[in-house]
Amino acid sequence: MFTRRSVRNAAVVLGSTVLIAATLAGCSADNQGGSGKTTITFQTGNSQQNVGAAKDLIAAFEKANPDITVKLDPVPQGTEGDNLIKTRLSTGSSDDVFYYNSGSLFQALDPDSTLVDLSDQSWVKDLTSDFKTVVSTKKGLYGAPFGSSFAGGVLYNIKVYDQLGLKIPTTWDEFMSNSEKIKAAGIVPIVQTYGDTWTSQLFVLADFANVSAQDKNWATKYTENKAKFANPPALEGFQRLQQTFDAGLFNKDYASATNADGLKMLATGEAAQYPMLTTVIATVQQNNPTNVNDIGYFALPANNADDTQATIWQPQALYIAKTATGAKLDAAKKLVAFANSAAGCKIQDKSYPPAGPYVDSNCKLPSDAPRVAADVQKYFDSHKTGSALEFLSPIKGPNLESIAIQVGSGISDAKTGAALYDADVKKQAQQLGLKGW
Amino acid sequence: MSGSTIATPLVEKRKPQRSTSRKMKSPYPSWFYVPAIALYLVFFALPTFASFYFALTRWSLFNVTFIGFDNFIQFFQEPQLYQSFINTLIYGFVTSAAKIVLGLALAMLLTSPIIGRGYLRAVVFFPVLVSTIGIGLTFKSLMNPFHGLINLVLSWFGLPGPGWLTDPNLALLSVASVDIWKGVGIATLIFMAGIVAIPQEYFEAARVDGAGSWKIFRSITLPLSRPATGTVIILSLIGGLRSFDLIWAMTRGGPGFTSDVVASVIYKQYQAGFYGLSTAGNVVLFLVVTLIMVPITRMLNRREVDL
Repeated sequence: MFTRRSVRNAAVVLGSTVLIAATLAGCSADNQGGSGKTTITFQTGNSQQNVGAAKDLIAAFEKANPDITVKLDPVPQGTEGDNLIKTRLSTGSSDDVFYYNSGSLFQALDPDSTLVDLSDQSWVKDLTSDFKTVVSTKKGLYGAPFGSSFAGGVLYNIKVYDQLGLKIPTTWDEFMSNSEKIKAAGIVPIVQTYGDTWTSQLFVLADFANVSAQDKNWATKYTENKAKFANPPALEGFQRLQQTFDAGLFNKDYASATNADGLKMLATGEAAQYPMLTTVIATVQQNNPTNVNDIGYFALPANNADDTQATIWQPQALYIAKTATGAKLDAAKKLVAFANSAAGCKIQDKSYPPAGPYVDSNCKLPSDAPRVAADVQKYFDSHKTGSALEFLSPIKGPNLESIAIQVGSGISDAKTGAALYDADVKKQAQQLGLKGW
Repeated sequence: MSGSTIATPLVEKRKPQRSTSRKMKSPYPSWFYVPAIALYLVFFALPTFASFYFALTRWSLFNVTFIGFDNFIQFFQEPQLYQSFINTLIYGFVTSAAKIVLGLALAMLLTSPIIGRGYLRAVVFFPVLVSTIGIGLTFKSLMNPFHGLINLVLSWFGLPGPGWLTDPNLALLSVASVDIWKGVGIATLIFMAGIVAIPQEYFEAARVDGAGSWKIFRSITLPLSRPATGTVIILSLIGGLRSFDLIWAMTRGGPGFTSDVVASVIYKQYQAGFYGLSTAGNVVLFLVVTLIMVPITRMLNRREVDL
């Protein structure tokens, strides 16, 4: 079938193909800058807030370390960013230092083989033990906090509450009766903003400390495939979402409004309550600076006042990729340590308005911290806090936001939504290769 | 090897003696093929074959575990899969049908002697040139139920504007209508080329025989532009069945999962880090589109020959 000539031609073609492919692959040769000055790269999310914080940090750091240059690399956030970071880490092309989530998302980075163990660093002793666990594996500690911890629960307008003579609810029934009174006064009782899909999850996510209060080992059972969202107490989050939708307590543009729209309504007193994360106070500070301290925080109420706890999120962290070696590694470690020094705390105060207590004992809440930070602190003082589920279990189903929107727009009921989410969680658990799934 | 088996019969048809002796040399050396083959192998063949392998694995980018057909089983158990398949079919057939009807109508109009024909042709084609994501974001804000221009205009006439993209029953059709607006230009262009290619003598003869415009359309324009119709059907149906960008820009499959199509379900799996599962989904999508398109292409080509 083949003549000798055609075989030889084919060989020539194939051989050259391999050569060209090799040349293409070889394009990424290293570009080392000489002359004693070390250049490292720093990756952060591309939001205005993250970039601002990173620029401030870099400017202060370079001033203190004139022989080090830090190049900023802003990348997309959310799932797109997750994939980018994973791809870069797995191909060995990651930036030297990067800013990323702690908890379950951090665990998915395969830290033991991609990140530098930082447990020997001097700042580690100043961290809270809660934070240490969410940036550690069995083999090491990999992250340094940047920003304060924060809480999930209900942000409320203090003026509206005062005006209507309402008390902070500690049970779900009180919350519902407050909401009805607010509605009767012609104010939007509860804000929902499905224009930004992630905001729909708070009824479920911020309820988790209440779940833990009712069943201490729920998270462990959940990781072992023994506890489900389709059953109480975890089902309650979905049920509350359905109940508030059915009662007509949402703003009328809930399906299209964005997070910024919702916060504006809350800040101006057009709406009274918004299940949210306290970090969004930064948005209020930017868009409605005069109203920042009109907004307070309370934990999403459980059925019993005894079970009502604030759900706490740990801050994101700075990590160093294993590909940083030699002088670059030293420079990267210096940068991370600098971020956790007194100077670094000041930058954190300015860039990420504290939305809860710091997890690094070097950083103290400033006197002009937003009111929500103090409200969150109260729950810490009375030991009424619990961790968000993503810090207690590696499994977070990716479709929670869409499922919550379904329940919160009356497309499906709570029970169906919770069962869908259990199926979603199962996929994630299998992907992680957990036992018992 | 497959390349040579395909090429040989073609050559044999014309010059049977050539395949054995090969006396006639091509004026170009064979290494001219190298750049094209290299690009094809690296960017197409390699990923394609790799995807058939990765579809059978649980892949986290950091490590790969072979799990056989579990991904396919999982993919077919996706709670949103059934709905998304229905949505894909609705989307594909609605957009394709509308593009054919509207495209043909516009092509008839734009090939007839009307004022400002050149300008109108450009206007109809213009949306094709704009980026899909740009169009998606623009229409997303135009269709905003409270601040959007469309509902504002409706309110001037006292009409209640629906939540175009937020009403679960409407979202998919709203996106489809934007897709039609964007894609009708291509359909019109193809139909225009088809209509212009029909010899004028047929029309003249028909008119001499006393045929009215409807009769001319039914008996001459429609049957003789069938090759154009075939092209439009194939292009718009393939486009509709694997459509993703517009839906993603406008609704991200929402509200909830009500406007999810197969491609957006797959993309969400990829986003979530289920790389093996989403690769399996793509293999399935590839097979499904092939299963739908091969018979349709065959059928349309046969008809073309019959003419």
